[in-house]
Amino acid sequence: MIVYLVRRLGQSLIAVVAMAVLVFLGVYAIGNPVDVLINPEANQAEVAAVTQRLGLDKPLWEQFVIFIGNLLQGDLGNSFVYGRPAVEIILERLPATMELAFVALVLAVVIGVPLGVLAGLKPDSIGGRSIMAGSILGFSLPNFWQGMLLILVFAVMLGWLPAGGRGQTVEVLGMRLSLFTWDGLQHLILPALNLALFKMSLVIRLARANTREVALQDYVKFARAKGLSARRVVTVHVLKNIMIPVVTILGLELGSMVAFAVVTETVFAWPGMGKLLIDSINLLDRPLIVAYLMLTVLIIVTINFVVDILYSFLDPRVRLSEVKG
Amino acid sequence: MSLLQVRDLATHFFTRDGVAKAVDGVSFTLDRGEILGLVGESGSGKSVTGFSLIGLVDPPGRVVSGKIVFDGTDLVAAGEPAWRTLRGKRIAMIFQDPMMTLNPVLRIDTQMVETVLAHADVSRAEALERARQALVRVGISAPDDRLKSYPHQFSGGMRQRVAIAIALLHEPDLIIADEPTTALDVTIQAQILSEVQRLCAETGMALIWITHDLAVVSGLADRLAVMYAGRIIEEGETARVIERPLHPYTKGLIESVPHGKKHREMLAQIKGMTPSLLNLPQGCKFRPRCPRADDACLEEPALAELAPGRRARCVHPHVEALQETLVS
Repeated sequence: MIVYLVRRLGQSLIAVVAMAVLVFLGVYAIGNPVDVLINPEANQAEVAAVTQRLGLDKPLWEQFVIFIGNLLQGDLGNSFVYGRPAVEIILERLPATMELAFVALVLAVVIGVPLGVLAGLKPDSIGGRSIMAGSILGFSLPNFWQGMLLILVFAVMLGWLPAGGRGQTVEVLGMRLSLFTWDGLQHLILPALNLALFKMSLVIRLARANTREVALQDYVKFARAKGLSARRVVTVHVLKNIMIPVVTILGLELGSMVAFAVVTETVFAWPGMGKLLIDSINLLDRPLIVAYLMLTVLIIVTINFVVDILYSFLDPRVRLSEVKG
Repeated sequence: MSLLQVRDLATHFFTRDGVAKAVDGVSFTLDRGEILGLVGESGSGKSVTGFSLIGLVDPPGRVVSGKIVFDGTDLVAAGEPAWRTLRGKRIAMIFQDPMMTLNPVLRIDTQMVETVLAHADVSRAEALERARQALVRVGISAPDDRLKSYPHQFSGGMRQRVAIAIALLHEPDLIIADEPTTALDVTIQAQILSEVQRLCAETGMALIWITHDLAVVSGLADRLAVMYAGRIIEEGETARVIERPLHPYTKGLIESVPHGKKHREMLAQIKGMTPSLLNLPQGCKFRPRCPRADDACLEEPALAELAPGRRARCVHPHVEALQETLVS
């Protein structure tokens, strides 16, 4: 297991380094931030001064060396716009996005897996067909439109839930979270549901396909031949087998959920880091973009790492074969 | 009274292309402690018969008619609740592929303990102890370590032993074994066979051994029932069926087993292949492949008792074989 962990950790590090190079080159290519930042009426001398102050007059390789050097010390530079460390600004916004993504993920699993299993066990029933039709809608309707419809129905027409914002937050473990106040929770439900709908559809389809496959396996028939109740056959023998692909996919998707909650955050005025990215790109705030992308990479790599470990707990074949290897 | 009486059992599969009559009018009886070999080619309905007996025919298939009287109760009439109380407790089943019968993500102890707890009101510790004893019984050494293992850490033969141990947990009256040695090496096959034979003798359970392999079953079964196209076409005591088959199909089956008496002699074979269940020939189902068929075979014969304990479903059975025995 330790050998496996170390090897897996090495792979993660390589991915982070490769991404650092790509991010730096990519951001360098999108344009000169001085043109956006500075007063358009400034003269050449002022432009040169700002360029020099930001270190943009140095050749590309030298800028890269400075970037990597700072990166190794955990410094991703100050935001051009806010004049404060970029990482600090992003981290302020991070809990809001993480909270949103986490609640959305829980919703996707808690609702998606049972529905998918149900649809898989009775693929030709009315219930099974309805679930599949619903999941197609979840897939194909634009995310922002679903969000607006949720607001229209639950906030405007029914008036049950607030339409936007974060509501009251409390500090838990040094992060400000909405999850633990009644007001905050009310604010959280709609955006989380909105972000969850697409993943839920994905989980439903995945769970259904796998259930149909697993239900035909001899070990399920053997479990029934042993005299187990239908309930135990489904909740233990079938469920444990279908959770392997579901966890894998969701792990990958959680990364994208955190990184690209932009649409939901915009629709529901949720003060997360997705909105911050869009603003930073408009302003060509290089350090913020770089910091955001590096953080995102770090999050995705970490999640994948955790998923692989989880995976090995779910599937003994992975765990044990890797120990030998 | 016999343990199991099957009368005119019919299990049909309602597919998009039509009704496949996988089992159509199968009747036999089985006494306590008796071993019946159910022999046939792929698609003859032998496995479906087995699954019908334990009530595990999956849709689109279902038992459409007939009786399965187990220890005085007609299970077809009593339905799923009756089967649920019997399954795993009084009727157990062993499957063909030991690589697939154990759940790959659950430990052996989990899979055994849940079986004990499904039918017995005992503590977990007691259930674990029973599981351990069952493993010892099928000849698995170091059962404590084995209980904590996952199926993929076992060889095929070991897995089949574990499956047999699970089937034995409640000392059932009847075990249905669906080609349990087909997927194994010959040496392992022999081990499992002798193990099963010993266990049958020890516990007095009845066994239905489903197979396509006459060589395997001839040394094991008390009686043979040969199936073709969803019907039993010949039935009788094993030694007598093997030595003097009455049905041309049984004769063909026996002759196509290599026996090594004459070096390089051409092996006899049955021409053609098993008919599609959706499109069965008129009359005797074996007629298109049968060397003895004539127009009389266009009318399907009944399973008739041609000699004491010898039944065959044929218009032109090899009765001369019977006469030979009478003369000699």
